[in-house]
Amino acid sequence: MSTVTTPASRLGALARAEFTLLGRSKATLVAAVLVPLALPFSLRSVVDDMDVEEAGLSVGLVLLPAAVGFALLFGVYGALVAIYTSRREELVLKRLRTGELRDVEILCGTALPIGATGLTQSLVLVAASTVLLDVPAPHAPHLAALGLLLGLVLCAALAAVTAAVTRTVESAQVTTLPFVIISMVLSGVAVPLEMLPDTFASVCELLPLSPVITLVRGGWAGTLSAYEALGAIGTAVAWTVLAVFAVQRWFRWEPRR
Amino acid sequence: MNTDEHEHVIEVTGLRRVYGGGFEAVRGISFAVDRGEVFALLGTNGAGKTSTVELLEGLAPPSDGRIRVLGHDPYTERAAVRPRTGVMLQEGGFPSELTVDETARMWAGCVSGARPPLEVLELVGLARRTGVRVKQLSGGERRRLDLALALLGDPEVLFLDEPTTGLDAEGRRDTWELVRTLRDRGTTVLLTTHYLEEAEDLADRLAILHEGRIAATGTPAEVTAAQPARISFELPEGYFVGDLPPLGELGVSGHEIDGNVVRLRTRELQRTATGLLVWAERAGVELRRLDVRSASLEEAFLGIAAREEVAV
Repeated sequence: MSTVTTPASRLGALARAEFTLLGRSKATLVAAVLVPLALPFSLRSVVDDMDVEEAGLSVGLVLLPAAVGFALLFGVYGALVAIYTSRREELVLKRLRTGELRDVEILCGTALPIGATGLTQSLVLVAASTVLLDVPAPHAPHLAALGLLLGLVLCAALAAVTAAVTRTVESAQVTTLPFVIISMVLSGVAVPLEMLPDTFASVCELLPLSPVITLVRGGWAGTLSAYEALGAIGTAVAWTVLAVFAVQRWFRWEPRR
Repeated sequence: MNTDEHEHVIEVTGLRRVYGGGFEAVRGISFAVDRGEVFALLGTNGAGKTSTVELLEGLAPPSDGRIRVLGHDPYTERAAVRPRTGVMLQEGGFPSELTVDETARMWAGCVSGARPPLEVLELVGLARRTGVRVKQLSGGERRRLDLALALLGDPEVLFLDEPTTGLDAEGRRDTWELVRTLRDRGTTVLLTTHYLEEAEDLADRLAILHEGRIAATGTPAEVTAAQPARISFELPEGYFVGDLPPLGELGVSGHEIDGNVVRLRTRELQRTATGLLVWAERAGVELRRLDVRSASLEEAFLGIAAREEVAV
């Protein structure tokens, strides 16, 4: 054999094809790129009316994590559920499984372009917020970055889990709603957890996306103690492990017949 | 490592596949395929062909039984088997928005020792369609793209699930020619088909699957030889079956009467036909719609299907 494939070469080949497909899918591009870019700014007037200063925050420190949250929820999670579902229904996943690609490589290779898009988008939104909303430089950038990375992995894994219960690309708009709405309202994306009653907030901290937003916001504001940061990281890792387990257990590689 | 040189390339023992809902698609089948052999799984829709091939391809674990492909379990030892096999599913799964060329290059990046994509596209006659999106290909062109990708890695073992379904007569002949060329170069081919002609023409050996079991297996000639020849004709007006010479003496092994049409089965076609024609000559009657045919794979196939249905 002249050339033997490696996990990296196979991932690269698959990701390149998926990147081409992403560029050709207008619906995915609108949902994944435009929505998360537009949403944070439509939230601005709402946030201006909130008493964010009372909770020790600023408009910028509310909108910046919100922007990251939107990028993760719509740009990565929502888009990826539709992509996984469509590849399964088109029998692409089944065909890929007949070759040398391992299952995990198929899922990761398919997710790579959208993950990269989500990452870029988050960085653009962060840069825009910094300039437009006078957000100061982050106090603990490593925590914010870690939060973002954990968020990407977690959202990709949860997308695969959601795809398992999604029959068609159209129904992805419905099956993604629970996680999107719960995260927006109770994980600190649209409403900062700092503004919720304490006992309620401490329960909400255990939701999947909460630690991600906490790490981004806290990393920026420098308000997280080492104990709080570790707790958030632990929660995010726990959800990721759980999601990966669920994918192994329940992911569907071909349509129901 | 290379213990498979003189052994069977594919070995299946007591294979069963039960689906989640309890449906038993494959009910204990065994067969073996040697290196460089073309083996056909023949059967009607729902006979268990695809269910079987998917297990051989390693897409799912069997409910029971043992499979060895090139000496390995294709499901649990996926990494050892996949670089040496090529697969064409019954229905190709390619993103509709990619072009032929993009699809082939993507696949080539995932295949060890891949040939240049254009080379295999040429082989299946798609070289001039490289810039076309998959969604714009005809059904036949999609089958050929699928075949091209299965050939990308110069596989030792090729699994083809209904490779010519949806192809026109010319496309089918081209595919047969390609399979023969591959076989001559030592590739082992396992294919499924519901075209008898295809199995008869291409296969060195075949197995007829019916309701999840192997109903007959061997070379096409062996399977055919196990079947009786058939004679059918219309009884002349005013005659009854009892007026014919004793059927046993004519070598008839079985008969049916449908209205005034008589159908005879025989393993001694010449003796039966002669006896019957001599009788007609002497009686001075004409046997209308006389049809005399030696056993064919089609007869074998239909015979098996009918017999099993009665048994069930």
